Amino acid sequence: MDPTSTWEGGAGEPQAPGDLPSATLTLHINGTEHTLTLDHRTTLLDALRHHLDLTGAKKGCDHGQCGACTVLVDGRRANSCLLLAVSQEGSRITTVEGLADGDRLHPLQEAFLERDAFQCGYCTPGQLCSAAGVLAEADYGHPSHVTPHDAPVGVPARLGPEEIRERMSGNLCRCGAYPRIVEAVEDVAS
Amino acid sequence: MSHAPQPLGAPAVRREGRAKVTGTARYAAERGLPGCLYAWVVPATVPAGRVTAVRTVDALAQPGVHSVLTHDNAPRLHEPDDPILAVLQDDRVPHRGWPVALVVADSLASARAGAEALHITYETTEHDVVLTEDHAGLYTPEEANGGYPAVRERGDFDRAFAESPVRVDVTYTLEPLHNHPMEPHASTARWSPEGHLTVYDSSQGATKVRDSLAAAFGIGTDKVTAVSEHVGGGFGSKGTPRPQAVLAAMAALHTGRPVELALARRQMPALVGHRAPTVQRVRLGAGPDGTLTSVAQEIITHTSTIKEFVEQAAVPARVMYGSPHSRTTHRVAALNVPSPSWMRAPGEAPGMYALESAMDELAAELSLDPVELRLRNDPADEPDSGKPFSSRGLAACLREGAERFGWQDRDPAPGIRREGALLLGTGVASATYPVYASPGHASAHAAPDGTYRIAINATDIGTGARTVLAQIAADVLGAPLDDVAIDIGDSDLPDASLAGGSSGTASWGWAVHKAASGLAERLAAHTGPLPDAGVTVTADTTEETAEKSPYARHAFGAHFAEVAVDTRTGEVRMRRMLGVFAAGRILNSRTGRSQFIGGMTMGIGMALTEGSTLDPVFGDFVESDLASYHVPVCADVAAIEAHWIDEDDPHLNPMGSKGIGEIGIVGAAAAVGNAFRHATGVRLRTLPLTPDRVLTHLA
Ligand code: FES
Ligand code: FES
Repeated sequence: MDPTSTWEGGAGEPQAPGDLPSATLTLHINGTEHTLTLDHRTTLLDALRHHLDLTGAKKGCDHGQCGACTVLVDGRRANSCLLLAVSQEGSRITTVEGLADGDRLHPLQEAFLERDAFQCGYCTPGQLCSAAGVLAEADYGHPSHVTPHDAPVGVPARLGPEEIRERMSGNLCRCGAYPRIVEAVEDVAS
Repeated sequence: MSHAPQPLGAPAVRREGRAKVTGTARYAAERGLPGCLYAWVVPATVPAGRVTAVRTVDALAQPGVHSVLTHDNAPRLHEPDDPILAVLQDDRVPHRGWPVALVVADSLASARAGAEALHITYETTEHDVVLTEDHAGLYTPEEANGGYPAVRERGDFDRAFAESPVRVDVTYTLEPLHNHPMEPHASTARWSPEGHLTVYDSSQGATKVRDSLAAAFGIGTDKVTAVSEHVGGGFGSKGTPRPQAVLAAMAALHTGRPVELALARRQMPALVGHRAPTVQRVRLGAGPDGTLTSVAQEIITHTSTIKEFVEQAAVPARVMYGSPHSRTTHRVAALNVPSPSWMRAPGEAPGMYALESAMDELAAELSLDPVELRLRNDPADEPDSGKPFSSRGLAACLREGAERFGWQDRDPAPGIRREGALLLGTGVASATYPVYASPGHASAHAAPDGTYRIAINATDIGTGARTVLAQIAADVLGAPLDDVAIDIGDSDLPDASLAGGSSGTASWGWAVHKAASGLAERLAAHTGPLPDAGVTVTADTTEETAEKSPYARHAFGAHFAEVAVDTRTGEVRMRRMLGVFAAGRILNSRTGRSQFIGGMTMGIGMALTEGSTLDPVFGDFVESDLASYHVPVCADVAAIEAHWIDEDDPHLNPMGSKGIGEIGIVGAAAAVGNAFRHATGVRLRTLPLTPDRVLTHLA
């Protein structure tokens, strides 16, 4: 994609929302700057899907209950349905479209393919972004609910299946791909 | 990538996998159509009655709101083939959550604000959403879902049961359940200036969506294109067209613009069907050696006031175990509830929970191993029809599962395995699912460059349909898999049936097999280079799929589960689960395994976390979103394995396959419930086994 382009497909036309409170802002998404005028009520998820034609992030609930909309905000995972787009000026957003390096898939994407870690694929972008967040959190030594209480502080956490299951439990998969997701994340973690 | 032909059954990787992991696969609400508007459904807030007035002025004054559709101004429909699609046609409210208006706006935020600003008044009538065992409205329908007779009697059940030396007479109660595919039901609709309707719809079968929309809008099927390219799961709830497709098409007609409509998660339980609640009385009579003399399963369930749907939960008892005397019945009451519909293995999933739990109770009564009890009652012919089975792998599944799971060392005594505050137990249950196949059309094309193209309006809801159909064609053509391209998911392709009843691969595969076989013959007879246009062969399997079989055809399976029950909190956790299935030939081991495990996982949800209730006063589902309706999460599914036995059944279809999409959930919840009983000594005859239910029983 041309890094300076903005989506002009229509649904994404910056609206002139009349007397609606709106703002012109710049979002940094997958290394590209997008300047948009947005109704203040627009969530980051709707900004991506409706205004930027980045439909990789999915909407499963719009209420922070399913994880399908997970993206990375400054490297940390977040439910984009719970963020207002206007609050994200200045942050660096990575969506599933930004995980691969050109044609070279991210190792997590490779592992998901190899392990058959999805069926319908609707939760998959969220799972992938969440997994990328998990790897980073473990690197920083962030503990989870199942990390032993006597685990050393400040050193990278080891990601075994139990840790992965716990840390990935904010991302629902109704197709039940969980065991393969755990294997895929473990492949990349180790 | 390999260029050698791969045998059918090889673990070929999903064709659309790369698109799905990179986020480029487009689902129904992701079309980016220029000028697209967004719609929001306004659901009825009373449980029964009629709309007396809708004041739209404030809603229309909201910035960005384009229009409000109500029964006063919405396009008139011809009577749809399914009453749930007759939306915004009159003022009646058959249940809470029924669409009474649609707000269309430039943005979703504006559409929602418009919906908030609508003033709707109702006249409310008496309502009843509570199913009871002695409900005055209970009646015996002609048929249950699937066209099965509601009542079957064999021999003299009452006498045989009364005379049986060992008897079990128990009643199980199941709450409603929700499909909740991760992709909410969504449609993007647009009309061309010439009056052609295109709908991108999240459906399990776009041919059916096309036909229903054409009928509803009173236009020819050649004037409608339904596209279901990528679908984020359905589990039955997208098997029939849903209101969002009609509403999006209406709104697009009304506004002259493309309209996108995705149901909100909380709106889904009322609009996309649910698994109906059941009260199931099971009576088993047996001799001292465990041989069944009499089997009865009697079902009570609900339907809505606009449509009769009867969950066929007593039907698997007609298949499973031999007994000379049997009664299987269904009764139903029409309540002011949303219309129930298909949810993964309708009939089999709830029915086998009850039957397989009762078998466990009988085994305990007899002090007989529950695997052995099932083996002793494994019939040679189908009990209800008397037909021989085309193949019946139940015994093999039970034996292999027992071996792999380590069942042989099990101490049957309940409530004695402790690990600190935990009680541990194991359980077993059988599974079954019928073999269905529907007619379909397919085309197979050979290009002069040696590549092939298959076309059929199949739908991939996550099963890997593209991949397995290409495998079938490649196998027939003796071609490398990569040389076979495939087009699915569009009603302009040759007509095909829906992804449902675990029949997709059998039905579509049959048509693809026939087209590819015809093409192979044509090519064999051809000499010299192919013409520039290539060679195309089409096939129609109406005749062969309609042929009556002299055999009873079913898949079978066995589940083994181990649970840990926390005596302090009442929490039940799955330790491990193992399933073995006999489902004919497995055509792709990679995607096939994922389907089995997906079904088993939904069975864990049914057993431990999923349950819904109808509020008697408000008339809606209390657990209507994913925060209150708990589908299993990653941490709920520890060790889970699916295996299968090789089955060579010549009485099915040219591929020798049975369906695999649903059998994984069948019996799974019973295996968990039986393990719970083994762990605690307590038999709970309702699901899910949530801490509030469990704790009161743990002294
Ligand atoms: S869509 Fe954001 S958590 Fe479900
Ligand atoms: S792959 Fe379908 S929901 Fe996860």
